[in-house]
Amino acid sequence: MNIGFYPGCSMQGSSPEYNESVQAICSALGISLIEVSDWNCCGATAAHNLNRELSLALPARILAHAAADGLEEVLVPCAACYNRLKMVQHEIGADRKLQDSISEILDEPYQGNARILSILDFLERDVEPLLAEKIMKPLKQKIACYYGCLLVRPQNILDAKRHEDPQSMDHIMQLLGAEAIDWAFKTECCGAGLSVSKTGVVAELSGRILDDAAHRGAKAIIVACPMCHSNLDMRRKAIEQHRNKDFDLPVMYITQAIGLALGIDPVKLGLKRHFVPVNLEL
Amino acid sequence: MARIGVFVCHCGENISATVECDKVAQAAAGFPGVVHSIDYKYMCSDPGQNMIREAIREKNLTGVVVASCSPRMHEPTFRQACSEAGLNPFLCEMANLREHCSWVHEKGEATTKKAIDLVRMMVEKVKRNQPLYPIRVPVTKTALVVGGGIAGIQAALDIANGGNKVIMVEREPSIGGHMSQLSETFPTLDCSQCILTPRMVEVAQHPNITLYTYAELIGLDGFIGNFKAKIRKKAKSVDEKICTGCALCTTKCPQKKIPSEFNEGLGKRTAIYVPFPQAVPNKPVIDKDHCTYYKTGKCKICEKVCPAQAIRFDQPDEIVEVAVGAVVIATGFTIHQTGFFPEYGYGRYPDVLTGLQFERLASASGPTLGEIRRPSDGKIPETIVFISCAGSRDPAKGIEYCSKICCMYIAKHAMLYQHKVHHGKSYVFYMDIRAGGKMYEEFVRRAITEDQVNYVRGRVSKIYERDGKLIVKGVDTLMGAEAVEIEADMVVLATAGIANPGAEELAQTLHVSYDGHHFFSEAHPKLRPVETNTAGIFLAGACQALKDIPESVAQASGAAGKVNILFSKSELTREPLIAVVNRSAPPEYSTCVGCFLCQPACPYQAIEKEEIKDRSGKVIKTVARVNPGLCQGCGTCVAFCRSKSIDIQGYTHEQVLAEVMAVLEND
Amino acid sequence: MENIHSHLGHSANGLLQEIRQQTAVNIQACYQCGKCSAGCPLAGEMDFPPSLLMRMIQVNKPETDEKVLGAYSMWVCLTCNTCSSRCPMEIDIPRVMDHLREKSFTLGKTNKKASPIIDFHKAFLKSIEVNGRLHELGLIVYYKMLTFRLMQDVMLAPGMLLRGKLHLFPERIRQRKQLAAIFKRTYKRRKEQEV
Ligand SMILES: Cc1cc2nc3c(=O)[nH]c(=O)nc-3n(C[C@H](O)[C@H](O)[C@H](O)COP(=O)(O)OP(=O)(O)OC[C@H]3O[C@@H](n4cnc5c(N)ncnc54)[C@H](O)[C@@H]3O)c2cc1C
Ligand code: SF4
Ligand code: SF4
Repeated sequence: MNIGFYPGCSMQGSSPEYNESVQAICSALGISLIEVSDWNCCGATAAHNLNRELSLALPARILAHAAADGLEEVLVPCAACYNRLKMVQHEIGADRKLQDSISEILDEPYQGNARILSILDFLERDVEPLLAEKIMKPLKQKIACYYGCLLVRPQNILDAKRHEDPQSMDHIMQLLGAEAIDWAFKTECCGAGLSVSKTGVVAELSGRILDDAAHRGAKAIIVACPMCHSNLDMRRKAIEQHRNKDFDLPVMYITQAIGLALGIDPVKLGLKRHFVPVNLEL
Repeated sequence: MARIGVFVCHCGENISATVECDKVAQAAAGFPGVVHSIDYKYMCSDPGQNMIREAIREKNLTGVVVASCSPRMHEPTFRQACSEAGLNPFLCEMANLREHCSWVHEKGEATTKKAIDLVRMMVEKVKRNQPLYPIRVPVTKTALVVGGGIAGIQAALDIANGGNKVIMVEREPSIGGHMSQLSETFPTLDCSQCILTPRMVEVAQHPNITLYTYAELIGLDGFIGNFKAKIRKKAKSVDEKICTGCALCTTKCPQKKIPSEFNEGLGKRTAIYVPFPQAVPNKPVIDKDHCTYYKTGKCKICEKVCPAQAIRFDQPDEIVEVAVGAVVIATGFTIHQTGFFPEYGYGRYPDVLTGLQFERLASASGPTLGEIRRPSDGKIPETIVFISCAGSRDPAKGIEYCSKICCMYIAKHAMLYQHKVHHGKSYVFYMDIRAGGKMYEEFVRRAITEDQVNYVRGRVSKIYERDGKLIVKGVDTLMGAEAVEIEADMVVLATAGIANPGAEELAQTLHVSYDGHHFFSEAHPKLRPVETNTAGIFLAGACQALKDIPESVAQASGAAGKVNILFSKSELTREPLIAVVNRSAPPEYSTCVGCFLCQPACPYQAIEKEEIKDRSGKVIKTVARVNPGLCQGCGTCVAFCRSKSIDIQGYTHEQVLAEVMAVLEND
Repeated sequence: MENIHSHLGHSANGLLQEIRQQTAVNIQACYQCGKCSAGCPLAGEMDFPPSLLMRMIQVNKPETDEKVLGAYSMWVCLTCNTCSSRCPMEIDIPRVMDHLREKSFTLGKTNKKASPIIDFHKAFLKSIEVNGRLHELGLIVYYKMLTFRLMQDVMLAPGMLLRGKLHLFPERIRQRKQLAAIFKRTYKRRKEQEV
């Protein structure tokens, strides 16, 4: 199986473990990913806060490259990039005038038809069916699946099922042998892009998430977004200081959890790169 | 020779503001066949009508065109005026200069020209009109009432007390509807069952009322005064005539865990059951979907214990056909369940309830015998939150309209809670308080000022459960949109009132129209609120739009009044605008070739076969004939007839063609 | 009397109309239920929670429009879409926030408290303009130059380096010139719009 792949800056920068774990499980399952050629940053929150046209043009360039590479589908594991690409497809796709204007900025015609897959779309469709046979080490733990905002909202555009209580990660974790808890902060915001400029806000918002998960007895939090991960993992000290409370609660990417269950070496899954050590009794 | 009169109306300024009426009248005066043409401010006024009457007499008119508003309102007025002057009323036509011209165009030459064309068309049509005579049909003085809630009950009693027969069809095993589930009722807080059950009993005992419960209407044919209704009586598996209603069977049935519909899932019932103690009729039915015997072929415990030997496992569904003269639809409404609300937990928190569930908790006949207790652990809630507009006024996810009854029942619920749990705290999240009704505003004020209910203006964004508490995240918009977070023990959602599932299907069975939300449509939103667009079919209660009890009862009495008026005559007259198959002299007899393509096309089964015989009785030709009693004048057969042998009287091919040619030839 | 009259403005080209025209969001549809503010995770940080901001725009007076453009709210808004996902009137509040941010930024009316946030966005965009991709270290250094928040987050850096989460050298795309041209064109259009 060949699928296009857009890693985005976070997977190359501050979250290499997400990339490593995606690559590791794909090669374990015989899925090959073809990286979009000479891809650029999607512009993230910054472009979309200061410069609307840029916030459309940057993702449009990525889509153009995917089209030029002949990719019909592109897996975008970073939730933030995924959300931007889907939103841009939605906005430009529906508006002829905008298409022309963006084509002018790109200096090439807008070509945005590649199907953008989130990590959850991909896991649900291509990985879940293969799992049952390949699980070597079931994860017998109580975990909390945390989806955040960008994978579920706006629910209509992303076509998110049960957007206030999504289930796809929960299903996968159950398949891996874990107990996925029912909790209240699955889709609450972690503070995302404010992590550098307003660290206090992130400490408050992410703190509430950790607190609820811990309170309900989760032993780990499972995520699918580099921003959520860095806020809950890298910013842990700040959160603990802010709440005056320690949390013994590692944060894993769903792909790392799958990798562990498939018996892949934790180092290959980037598990040693975390700030909060992952010492789950497996 | 035709002698046509044209009467152009200004309709105050409704027409004359954009159409030059004098010019229209002048132009019409020049049309071939027109001998009289005038314009006047209000043709429908007495002087206006007099002008028509006088012109008919003085100028010997053979046809009249009134160029004014839509025929919907005033056609009867003008036709009556003509007939008073001795002209057959069907020789009077209206050109619609208001809805079709002045209201939809700007002032200008083209507008006046269009008005002139509209008159020209009608003049050409009316020249070809034939005198027609109303059709007389007999009236069956029995009414069918569909639905046995308070609206259906009231309508049935009023019709029956008027001396006419009623057949009532109720889908559930008992009549009573939602009112039977309510605890106390606003704005007086009197006990719902206490005022309802006497009426239910009266229905059962009334000599003029035949009651079919556990039954549904599956077909309706015919027309006003002469309907034929087909009813399926679902098998109750109990012989009603023998059953004494002792209910021993219901205590022995091994299936004891079926969620009770009457208690909105908060209580349990058995497979053979009576929905509630005051049910009418008070005889059990077997719910086949849950009965052990029907599922596995073994059990029959009820049969063994029944002292009257009334259980009939082999009882079939029964189809009955009845002749009725009028129908009252009173099938009520339903509400959204808590599962409808993602942000309030998709229905997965047992202590988040609907308003109807709260009614059952507050009701002395309910699962907690009237004590407000949490379904999850049976504890009495210390803090309770009511949320109004849950799904109502919510175009994004629910419905855009206001459900109308919730503001009042929430105030009632909060009051009942405070009366029962004195130390408890209650909150109501609301957007507006809609309390227009006699003693309604006073009732809500009492909840706030006397019973200390805390009203917070704002909507709740999310509810989640934590340590047995329900965390309610709302806002106080009167405090600058300040966050309000309440740790509640119970939350009651005033979920939107919506049309019954199956309302659309029922509307199609009855050939009545319904709105985008599947509520049945009244014939006119202001002036004909109890009639449907189909003559002889009336509406009562919440099936037309959400209503409280007083309004439902008022509309039901209105509908019953209409039925009784209809039944006060032994014959009805109908407009003769129906299809006819032409007849001609022998040897042709008719241009109809007897292909009968029209027969399956007719939605009212009005096409019959007529054999034309010679003197000796030998069949010469078989041709189509339209039964004037059944034909509704829809014209479908006309479109199907290949030999153009069918015409709608008043709208013949010749007339319509003349109208079209009148514009085409003039351009 | 004057005050009573002036409560609701009649501005024909205020934010209300402008937003309707440019984003197709009809703020008049807001009936002030407050559900957006009740769910917004950042409402507590904002000077005007989302529903209040909607009301201020509805009022449609030059003075309130000024207040809206100078608000802090839109800069802490994270585009989490919680508000719009629950808004009964389907008002796309995040889209309105986008519009307000861009407008307030272009007109130089941004709230003082928002400077660090805006500086961060600027630094971010700079990094992409130069490299095509984000270079975290470069971003942080540039951000610190803009804000003089020299010590903040310094404690994280060694840990990140150790874990391979911070790279000394940027990763760059090949067609940097083409990308720079894209940036330029959007800037140029912005200038044209201002005039
Ligand atoms: C929580 C709550 C509290 C309320 N409290 C009050 C109050 O305090 N005071 C007040 O004035 N009003 C109150 N109301 C409103 C009141 O319930 C309604 O006004 C009233 O029930 C309307 O009566 P109805 O007969 O039109 O409809 P319903 O009560 O819905 O009755 C309709 C009947 O038709 C039957 N039916 C449906 N479809 C078919 C079919 N196809 N064939 C045959 N039968 C069918 C149903 O089984 C039912 O018996 C309350 C409503 C709710 C939801
Ligand atoms: S949720 Fe929507 S309608 Fe309600 S206050 Fe916010 S913007 Fe207005
Ligand atoms: S999108 Fe912005 S305004 Fe809306 S809820 Fe999220 S942070 Fe608040």
